[in-house]
Amino acid sequence: MTTSYAQDGKATDWKTEVYDVLKAFDVKHAAYVPDAGHATAIERFDADEAVRSVVLTTEEEGIGYLAGAWLGGERGVLLLQSSGVGNCINTLALPACARFPLLMVVTMRGDWAEFNQWQNPMGQVTEAALNLMGVRTWRAERAEDVADLLQGAATMAFEGDEACAVLLSQRLIGRKEWNRAQ
Amino acid sequence: MTAELLNRREAVAELLKDRGELIVVTGLGSPSYDVMAAGDHDRNYYLWAAMGSAATVGLGLAVSRPQDPVLVVTGDGEMLMGMGALATIAVQRPKNLTIAVLDNGHYGETGMQRSHAGHGIALEKVARSVDFDWTARIIDMAGLRDLRARAHAKNALNFAAIAIDVAEEERVLPSRDGVYIKNRLRAALGQSMA
Repeated sequence: MTTSYAQDGKATDWKTEVYDVLKAFDVKHAAYVPDAGHATAIERFDADEAVRSVVLTTEEEGIGYLAGAWLGGERGVLLLQSSGVGNCINTLALPACARFPLLMVVTMRGDWAEFNQWQNPMGQVTEAALNLMGVRTWRAERAEDVADLLQGAATMAFEGDEACAVLLSQRLIGRKEWNRAQ
Repeated sequence: MTAELLNRREAVAELLKDRGELIVVTGLGSPSYDVMAAGDHDRNYYLWAAMGSAATVGLGLAVSRPQDPVLVVTGDGEMLMGMGALATIAVQRPKNLTIAVLDNGHYGETGMQRSHAGHGIALEKVARSVDFDWTARIIDMAGLRDLRARAHAKNALNFAAIAIDVAEEERVLPSRDGVYIKNRLRAALGQSMA
């Protein structure tokens, strides 16, 4: 676990902060395809009776689902890995054409110290692909930046009806350990 | 003897009779035109793209509006692209959601090429295999009236494949302004536009 220290000297844990920030924005739906970097947030959302936790078979389901939830008056978040961004491309027409708020938190693969090079083609173009489809992006490289960037993205998504993504870099998340299941 | 297949316009008109509080999500292509032909409505949400998303938009609406019945009207091709979503929906299991697939076994919008459904894949069996509460293949008007009652009952997660003929109908186009349709539905559901 990456631990950092905010200006007040208090230890901050970005993994918990992701959940805390999303709760502060009144997120009622957490749709996800699991990734190790999202494990803490998923665990918290699963245990939170005020949030509907929705496991998806493929990431683009989350775009339709969250659009529907917003039509019904509720906010949500899509948690996914960079590989899943590729699955979302055509479905991103929905927020683009109807101006649905969409908040994505993307854990990166293939951008640093990647052992499995099959992750690199998608990981290297994740941010550009999102931008091409009209999604605004911010990349968090340091633990102390995660909460601030996520707050900014959530503000622009929910107050401005925009599609926004925070990318959590592989350096932030840490090397995947290949000597055990993760 | 094969029974005469249902006409899609008549089937959808029957399904949307006395619709009350029903919220309707349509898949791109002919199902959108069929629902529009039955009468535009503030509680309609028409998709024009994002193929495969009709069922997931319906799921999001159903769980955020448990007080209202939600009906997804889509085609077999659109549903096939979102088939994994049937598993996602079955896990959430909202009791106010009904998915109605207008199944002619073909991709009507692109020149009537045969779909997987046209090759014998029965979508209602897929829904049954992931444990929807109620599934059926509907072949007549009595079946449609029964489906309509179930869609309003809000006591089960329902899936029906409606066997329709391949006749092409006049295109009755709903608005393609996604922002307008979104805001119109949200206003109809009493949400602030601020």
